[in-house]
Amino acid sequence: MARSIAPRRKAINTLLAWSVGFLIFFPILWTILTSFKTEAAAIANPPVFIGFDWTLENYQAVMERSNYSRFLWNSIVIAGGSTVLGILIAIPAAWSMAFVPSKRTKDILLWMLSTKMLPAVGVLYPIYLLFIKFGMLDTKIGLMIVLMLINLPIIVWMLYTYFKEIPGEILEAARMDGATLREEVIYILTPMAIPGIASTLLLNVILAWNEAFWTLNLTAAKAAPLTAFIASYSSPEGLFYAKLSAASTMAIAPILILGWFSQKQLVSGLTFGAVK
Amino acid sequence: MATQHSRSSARLMMAPAVVLLLGWMLVPLTMTLYFSFKKYLPLRGGDLGWVGFDNYARFLTSSAFWPSVQTTLVIVGGVLAITVVLGIFLAILLNQPMWGQGMVRILVIAPFFVMPTVSALVWKNMFMDPNYGLLAHLWKLFGATPVEWLSQASLPSIIMIVSWQWLPFATLILLTAIQSLDSEQLEAAEMDGALAHKRFAYITLPHLGRAITVVILIQTIFLLSIFAEIFVTTGGAFGTKTLSYLIFQRVLESQNVGLGSAGGVYAIILANIVAYFLVRIVGKNLDA
Repeated sequence: MARSIAPRRKAINTLLAWSVGFLIFFPILWTILTSFKTEAAAIANPPVFIGFDWTLENYQAVMERSNYSRFLWNSIVIAGGSTVLGILIAIPAAWSMAFVPSKRTKDILLWMLSTKMLPAVGVLYPIYLLFIKFGMLDTKIGLMIVLMLINLPIIVWMLYTYFKEIPGEILEAARMDGATLREEVIYILTPMAIPGIASTLLLNVILAWNEAFWTLNLTAAKAAPLTAFIASYSSPEGLFYAKLSAASTMAIAPILILGWFSQKQLVSGLTFGAVK
Repeated sequence: MATQHSRSSARLMMAPAVVLLLGWMLVPLTMTLYFSFKKYLPLRGGDLGWVGFDNYARFLTSSAFWPSVQTTLVIVGGVLAITVVLGIFLAILLNQPMWGQGMVRILVIAPFFVMPTVSALVWKNMFMDPNYGLLAHLWKLFGATPVEWLSQASLPSIIMIVSWQWLPFATLILLTAIQSLDSEQLEAAEMDGALAHKRFAYITLPHLGRAITVVILIQTIFLLSIFAEIFVTTGGAFGTKTLSYLIFQRVLESQNVGLGSAGGVYAIILANIVAYFLVRIVGKNLDA
């Protein structure tokens, strides 16, 4: 009975949802389109949407003029490095909390979560000072460490959630067979946890890639990643929309693609398991 | 016996993460506290001795303080209102049967993955520029005078940019929550003749309560410290100086570290009040 109106309702839903989706996505689409225009076409009045002469000159210009590849490399090293470092430190911690829980496990987890909420600006100067003292200002390793630390609570939490789902009986069986703790972790847990580790990796690369407080404040010319590179376009000279668009497209494309793959993990990862 | 062994190794395995986070929390925090009781001007004489609670008092009484609190509240409140209301609407919409649901979801989520500096600059130049921005063209199309968004309507503009970034987050979490709603309950209510808005108010909304709370708390924590969106658009001008941005300026731009650190302590206290509630909600849900 209710099914008779379904197709019409479905059509309306589809139309409405696609319109809203298009509207939300439009700024990104517009940026991508503009990146293929000439600077003159980018500010044409009235604006042109598709019927312009497509060109790759902006991409060439961005690559040549501003040493784009170095910023890209910095982003890759900093985002990737901080994530890998964080995961290596978090795996043993999450493992022990998931499989050998003690009375304090819950408190430790919640305390870790609370360190994530320390406002960065409140500790900006001390970190800045420590960076100068240890010669880490404008170095990739320095940023890697800071980003690892700010994301460590999320990494531990995500891994903990995944590890909790691995049945404990398997571990007991291995123990009966005489497996040592180390063997247990390397040969049994890690393979079973690979999907969980992979999604944790993905989400944290995204978070580190887009981080824009420490990357802007602790880098200058040498170690600046793409966030800082794009910020340098905030004081433009002359015509620059098309080049800004090309640079932006190159900065967001890899993460947009990674992000779409990780949307399921995003929810549990960013809400610390409060919404599943 | 075996348990004893594994317990001590468990502690050992936890140690690196715990020690690092403890250091990350305590060392800078102690330094901030230390500086907040000093007159400390690195470029103008350095450490000029202890001043007690002077910095705390001066930070509160400075003419920039209350406007910055107001700006922070307006931005956080505005973004929360927009993202939660639109997020509920979008979550319900995306939960309906339709063609190409997965693709729409991808379109809606996309802004969340755009780095803050990119979204701020794209909005600033290509949409909000009073001469060449798309919004200016749109305004002219209807015969209106283009708005100088970031100077004349600076706060709404920032709220709009940040809302665009966070709407996907709210939508995604509310959608996840809505999908766990038992559809039979809604059908039963429909059978009993409950109208759509009643079904929404008495079934869907209460079911979403917790997810909404979580969205509000998590977003508040991130929104209290938005930085890049202000840094590359107005640089704190035109009344867009938030508390975080004011502290940033005190510490790094005017290099008044003592004063900035006192402000930092206020910011930390503020964030901890929000964090307290979030930690309690998460803790209830944790069966460790």
